[in-house]
Amino acid sequence: MEWETVIGLEIHTQLATKSKIFSGAATAYGAEPNTQACAVDLGLPGVLPVLNKEAITMGVKFGLALDAEIGMTSAFDRKNYFYPDLPKGYQTTQMDYPIVGKGSLTIELEDGSTKVVGVTRAHLEEDAGKSLHEDFQGMTGIDLNRAGTPLLEIVSEPDMSSAKEAVAYMRKMHSLVRYIGISDGNMQEGSFRCDANVSVRPKGQKEFGTRAELKNINSFRFVERAINIEVERQIDLLEAGGSVVQETRLYDADKDETRSMRSKEEANDYRYFPCPDLLPVKISQEFVDELKANLPELPDVKKARFVETFALKAEDASTLTSSREMAEYFEVVAEKCGDGKLAANWVIGELSGYLNKEDTDIASSPVTAEMLALLITRIKDNTISGKIAKQVFEAMWKGEGDADAIIDSKGLKQITDTGAIEAIVDEIIAANPEQVEQFKAGKEKVLGFFVGQCMKASKGKANPGQLNQMIRDKLK
Amino acid sequence: MSLDKNDVEKIAHLARLAIAEEDIPGYAASLSSILELVEQMNAVDTENVSAMAHPQDAYQRLREDVVTEENQREHFQKNAPEVEKGLYLVPQVIE
Repeated sequence: MEWETVIGLEIHTQLATKSKIFSGAATAYGAEPNTQACAVDLGLPGVLPVLNKEAITMGVKFGLALDAEIGMTSAFDRKNYFYPDLPKGYQTTQMDYPIVGKGSLTIELEDGSTKVVGVTRAHLEEDAGKSLHEDFQGMTGIDLNRAGTPLLEIVSEPDMSSAKEAVAYMRKMHSLVRYIGISDGNMQEGSFRCDANVSVRPKGQKEFGTRAELKNINSFRFVERAINIEVERQIDLLEAGGSVVQETRLYDADKDETRSMRSKEEANDYRYFPCPDLLPVKISQEFVDELKANLPELPDVKKARFVETFALKAEDASTLTSSREMAEYFEVVAEKCGDGKLAANWVIGELSGYLNKEDTDIASSPVTAEMLALLITRIKDNTISGKIAKQVFEAMWKGEGDADAIIDSKGLKQITDTGAIEAIVDEIIAANPEQVEQFKAGKEKVLGFFVGQCMKASKGKANPGQLNQMIRDKLK
Repeated sequence: MSLDKNDVEKIAHLARLAIAEEDIPGYAASLSSILELVEQMNAVDTENVSAMAHPQDAYQRLREDVVTEENQREHFQKNAPEVEKGLYLVPQVIE
């Protein structure tokens, strides 16, 4: 039988506020355990939540970026369950009146086609603390620093039909929240994580199959693998005559399998009800309009502008706009050197290569956009060749100064003196009579050999264009 | 809607409340009468009434995003039965 996969994603993204959603405790990552957990976060009796304006602002910004409905009046509810990392006994969240309603996100697939994925809603809620299960003689250690950190939960429609689509959606969302500056998106630190609802059904069937929820996946690679493995498991199960149980499953990256998480617990019964400690939140149209006016240029718009202004290939423009930092870096380089295509090639090629190799990000690149722009300028004004430029780039990366200083100190300036180049060309032609004959016999390819030899003899400092012309003239 | 013994036991468990066996019929009757009241309200036609999230005709005041709380870990942890390396210790929650 042919099967069809149905996937919906719930993304939890931590909002980049300085303080918590309902208290004035800090949200900074990595502090000593429980040093950023105040009476409100601990759920001590008698405390009251006071809502952080910035969390509302960020939620609205997100809604505007998705062109979604904005909850002009939103409200908070209590989701009740017992777990030690949630000392209040309930999570304050938004059930009936979320800050963001229906919207959509257009994703790009590998074959270049696009797909619109529906976004059901996005709501504000608080994060829980962390449980540490090791080293406490049979006890569990609780760190409540994270408790009360604002989260935006973004719920998609079950519109994705493959793991690849799910990853494309997650990447796009990740890029978006960072563009509009509402989250640092740091996946290692858990600032951006996702639950995937996965089910399969016979191709053509209208009703959904029973779904399993894969919890807390915090990398793009794991999302793809976890979904593929879960789909395989469900199909095997169904084809063997079994049935899928609706449950929460955990992806184990080490064993590369998903397994049931809450076998012993009974079905969740969260008993949502409106939070009596918080009044409904009303926002004004002026507030929304002002945020809209100050929204940064969004990735899709930026991409279209790059293609238009700098005559880039759509694919390159996509890569360059995948993060706001990279897009801004590129734009500085392109404007300063006046050549968008060369700028794109250097940012996507050499720079990204070094960043990957050293596992660092563009914000901490030792080669700044201004430095790269100067380097490209030196290629364009024929001070150095593209090949030498790579050498200069490496030296810049190592902190040896800017392009001009390196070209000067290493003596890399291109030889523009025709006499000096001519001498090299003459020498090489004289030394290779056999190749000269081949060229004369019509073997054009040999020209490359001569250019290569001359470049080598000049230690890369000859201008390849100039060499090409001169050799051609001399061999005629 | 009237609740039976099983319902009461489930509600008590969800709320992590220990209740005495002999008190169950009393709880069942009291809770059932609350639900009956709700059912009466259900009979009202609310078609054109927007839902009320809070009884007061007021809206939430917001605070600026500023860190105002200082670290009071030591103070708070005086109340905890057991702590280690700054963590609150609780009975193990996974097997």
